[in-house]
Amino acid sequence: MSLRPDLAIIADNVAAGSRILDVGCGDGALMAALRDAKGVDARGLEIDAGNVAAAVSRGLSVIQGDADSDLAGYPEASFDYAILSQTLQTTRRPDMVLDHLLRIGRRAFVSFPNFAHWRGRTSLMWGGRMPVTRLLPEQWYDTPNIHHVTIDDFRAFVKERGITVEGAWFLSGDKRTKSAAANFFAEHAVFLLKS
Amino acid sequence: MSDDARFGLDRHVTLPGPLRLDGGALLSPVDIAYETYGTLDADGGNAILICHALTGDQNVASNHPITGKPGWWTRLVGPGKPVDPDRHFIICSNVIGGCTGSSGPATVNPATGKPWGMTFPVITIRDMVRAQAMLLDHLGVERLAAVIGGSMGGMQALSWSATFPDRVRAAIVIASAARHTAQNIAFHEVGRQAVMADPNWRGGDYYENGDPPAAGLAVARMAAHITYLSEAGLTEKFGRRLQTRSAKSFGFDADFQVESYLRHQGISFVDRFDANSYLYITRATDYFDLAEEHGGQLANAFRASKARFCLISFDTDWLYPTAESRAIVHALNAAGAPASFVELNSPFGHDAFLLDSPGMNRVIDGFLRAGA
Repeated sequence: MSLRPDLAIIADNVAAGSRILDVGCGDGALMAALRDAKGVDARGLEIDAGNVAAAVSRGLSVIQGDADSDLAGYPEASFDYAILSQTLQTTRRPDMVLDHLLRIGRRAFVSFPNFAHWRGRTSLMWGGRMPVTRLLPEQWYDTPNIHHVTIDDFRAFVKERGITVEGAWFLSGDKRTKSAAANFFAEHAVFLLKS
Repeated sequence: MSDDARFGLDRHVTLPGPLRLDGGALLSPVDIAYETYGTLDADGGNAILICHALTGDQNVASNHPITGKPGWWTRLVGPGKPVDPDRHFIICSNVIGGCTGSSGPATVNPATGKPWGMTFPVITIRDMVRAQAMLLDHLGVERLAAVIGGSMGGMQALSWSATFPDRVRAAIVIASAARHTAQNIAFHEVGRQAVMADPNWRGGDYYENGDPPAAGLAVARMAAHITYLSEAGLTEKFGRRLQTRSAKSFGFDADFQVESYLRHQGISFVDRFDANSYLYITRATDYFDLAEEHGGQLANAFRASKARFCLISFDTDWLYPTAESRAIVHALNAAGAPASFVELNSPFGHDAFLLDSPGMNRVIDGFLRAGA
């Protein structure tokens, strides 16, 4: 089973035997991989009932819930890592969700699609239309991505909040891309944060 | 093992006790009617306890002795089902306070030689669970691979994990709650008052004249049955359709199909259930508040638990709505317990857990196999 590229980066960088909370865990692909390869004690939160059923039937502990409303019940520092992959941009209050992630986890992995990728810029600049791309395939009216964010937005946000960036990875398609011009060339970013 | 008289259908055991009840009384002896299905593994690791709901019984997967109907949970329990006698050793017992063979108001008080009636001590969910633990001791089952229940059965599953944390490896709690709300208690009180208002109730002392408070119990069942359904489900099933007539009668017959249905539910219930048991068991659920038993913090109920938990709710259940399951999930998270939770779609309201639910079976099957 091969993981989505951003999940593979997270999986490579999670310490063996650690405790993780995967917020927006989907069908539990990352959790199962971490459990099987690294003996990780993984818990998940997922909004879609079908995904929860799929994850539970893989033997995973997954709770149906919403990142915006169901993180408050988790105690402080109860996980080594809180993981939020491709979910930040779908939350109502990304700032509060991040606060919870860094409260619940000693560290947090956050991955998101970069809205400032050159294809999106081209679409807006020359087409005058909201971009519809491989990573952002929905139309403006039915997209779950209600808080589009760019890599530079995110960098500014964590700096302003005094959050430490312990690692950052950038992807164009399935390939790594350099940090320097990531806001233009990267479709996708993964950050490892510590409060 | 197959010739061991402790195992099989339609079993009954009288245990000496005494069982110390939450209300302070000692119950002795303790009669328990139960059934087992399948074979206990040599290491005892495949035992699953099924806990029945308010008006359920030990006939989880065998025909009911009075109605002749199939067991009440054959959709979940049986060959090829998630709880499978080919793989699991399945136990289901009648709760104490019940009326299908376990100690309750209709059984004989050895001190008087007469039915207990209302002199039977008030019991709690935890008392039911303690009696089940005595049964497991009798059967030689040390630990449960899983305890599973819906509605009041789910309360027992929660109470099991809190009361005997070392004896439960997994708990499945379906369409249930960690406490009764004011609304839950209110509906139960309507039912109890309907029973007690029936002149045949006679303070609970009706066993010897053979004329039980059937009308009162039927009304209690009718009121309760509404809470097990959903408005959408009732509308779909009956709407405003009339019962075998083309126009309203301008009288008080069962003009509407929904009235006829409820009357049938009430009348058929009294054939298989004892009115005093209905009082005792509704009281036990009203008294249930798992947080109260643990210093007011629900999470404390799970701190000693080593079990995995699986909670399931149904979106149209307004008796024990999803918010109640979610409160349990939050407490489990706070206690660090491994927990899964899903809210399933169903038009059937609270009763959904007893009806065809492929989603529920899929989740339970996956959850159980993961722990095997």
